[in-house]
Amino acid sequence: MSQYSDVTFTLGKVALAEPCCVPKALLQVSDLSIAYGDRKVLETVSLDIYKGCITALIGPSGCGKTSFLSSINRLTDLIPSATTEGTILLDGKNILDRSVDTLSLRRRIGMIFQKPNPFPLSIRRNLELPLREHGLKERKLLREKIEKALRDVGLWAEVKDRLESSALSLSGGQQQRLCIARALVLEPEILLMDEPCSALDPISSAAVEELIIRLRGRYTVVIVTHNLAQAKRVANYAAFFWMKERVGKLIEFGQCQHLFDAPSDALTAAYIQGIKG
Amino acid sequence: MSERLFAMLIYLAAASIMALLFWILADLSYQGWSHLSFDFLIEEPANAGREGGIGPILSSTLLIIAVTLLAALPLGLAVAIWLAEFTRRGDRLGQSVRLSLDVLAGVPSIVFGLFGNAFFCIYLGMGFSILSGGLTLACMILPVLIRTSEAGITAVNDAWRQGASALGMSKSSAIYHILLPAASPAIAAGLILGIGRATAETAALIFTSGYVDRMPESLMDSGRALSVHIYDLSMNVPGGDGAAHASALVLISLVVLLSIVAQGLTDRYLKRRLMV
Repeated sequence: MSQYSDVTFTLGKVALAEPCCVPKALLQVSDLSIAYGDRKVLETVSLDIYKGCITALIGPSGCGKTSFLSSINRLTDLIPSATTEGTILLDGKNILDRSVDTLSLRRRIGMIFQKPNPFPLSIRRNLELPLREHGLKERKLLREKIEKALRDVGLWAEVKDRLESSALSLSGGQQQRLCIARALVLEPEILLMDEPCSALDPISSAAVEELIIRLRGRYTVVIVTHNLAQAKRVANYAAFFWMKERVGKLIEFGQCQHLFDAPSDALTAAYIQGIKG
Repeated sequence: MSERLFAMLIYLAAASIMALLFWILADLSYQGWSHLSFDFLIEEPANAGREGGIGPILSSTLLIIAVTLLAALPLGLAVAIWLAEFTRRGDRLGQSVRLSLDVLAGVPSIVFGLFGNAFFCIYLGMGFSILSGGLTLACMILPVLIRTSEAGITAVNDAWRQGASALGMSKSSAIYHILLPAASPAIAAGLILGIGRATAETAALIFTSGYVDRMPESLMDSGRALSVHIYDLSMNVPGGDGAAHASALVLISLVVLLSIVAQGLTDRYLKRRLMV
């Protein structure tokens, strides 16, 4: 310090300034509410998911983050009692509209689950099945796409000699990367990730996190995580959810660094400092 | 001390079950073995079954079982899939179908026989025939087959269902590629139970496939099943006990053989379709 004593830094903590380039909203969520039967889990959430960015959803368990995530690819449809209100616009169309073809929607919006869920098939078949399902039959093309997806998740070197062996014989971290490859092989625009590292050991978790960082700019990622340090490392934007009167609400949304360094809401500040939640 | 007593009782219970099976097999073998030969399996019965063999009866039995399985398996699987994947929990219609099946599973086989006689033989005009008998048995084994298959499909890891949905796979495709193969051991269990029940059935067949002991020439012919033959020999034919015991031995072997084949086919299907 002493040798720069005549220099004074006046820059304080990062403030919400104009971003260096204007982000483009790929998904526009407005007034989204989700209920299971009579129980509301999420109320009037509005936020934009920016193209090519990673958006982290943080907050305590049970405040509707996973419900929010699965409404984006309409996986909430699998739960008979689930109802959604509000709109999620993708290319000007409301995803939540009944007329939307969920099969092609889910092709555009991939999802990774908390627990790796490879099918009980060979490694190759795990990637081939969704491709064939969406009409790709040509063997050469299938092989190329499978190899590319496995290379993209850094799994190719580990599995190229054992493509025909069971996906369940892989380690947990490898299984999760296989699941990411299985989602990527369909060339989605958006990836939804529901605590993708929480069931993995630290080393596998680090590998998956590294992969997620590499997805930035190529895919639009929405990730639920309980690991605040991870959110800070990977995300461009962060959304903080909290339970108010037993219903999940969006408390604060903004650039990740800003939300962590200068939260505008007292609840956010308390949660980040580990005082609450 | 009481712990040892407890363990001993448990072992004793298991041993007595084994003993029961061995007793039955030993008794059958002792009394029927002398009658058993390859000729017995292929010859026509003579002198009301006291002499000769069970060739036509074995053929009728196999045909009846074939009809039963061909009718019950597709229908049973379809209903099981509907119950497991297309009805919601607490759904009225699904619950009523389940309840009906559970009641049907407990209905005495003779009632199925009367129903089969009224419906297949008379109303549909199939007469006393192998077809009528096989279809009646199909009705009889459907409840067990459906409920075990349904349980098997429901028990498949939900994460695979979600994974398939999240990849934009259709329901039918997820069922065909993932759920059915994963549930196949349970389906096989239901099938084996069904085969056992169908092969052993007497009451339902007397009214439907009849007891003509000639070699059947088509599915519309009447045909005597092994169990009906055993019943006839031991009840109506003095001096038929030897042949009855030999037939019983064949019947038991047939049940065991069919179970092994069903198990083997399932294992092969499972290995070809899944990698666990």
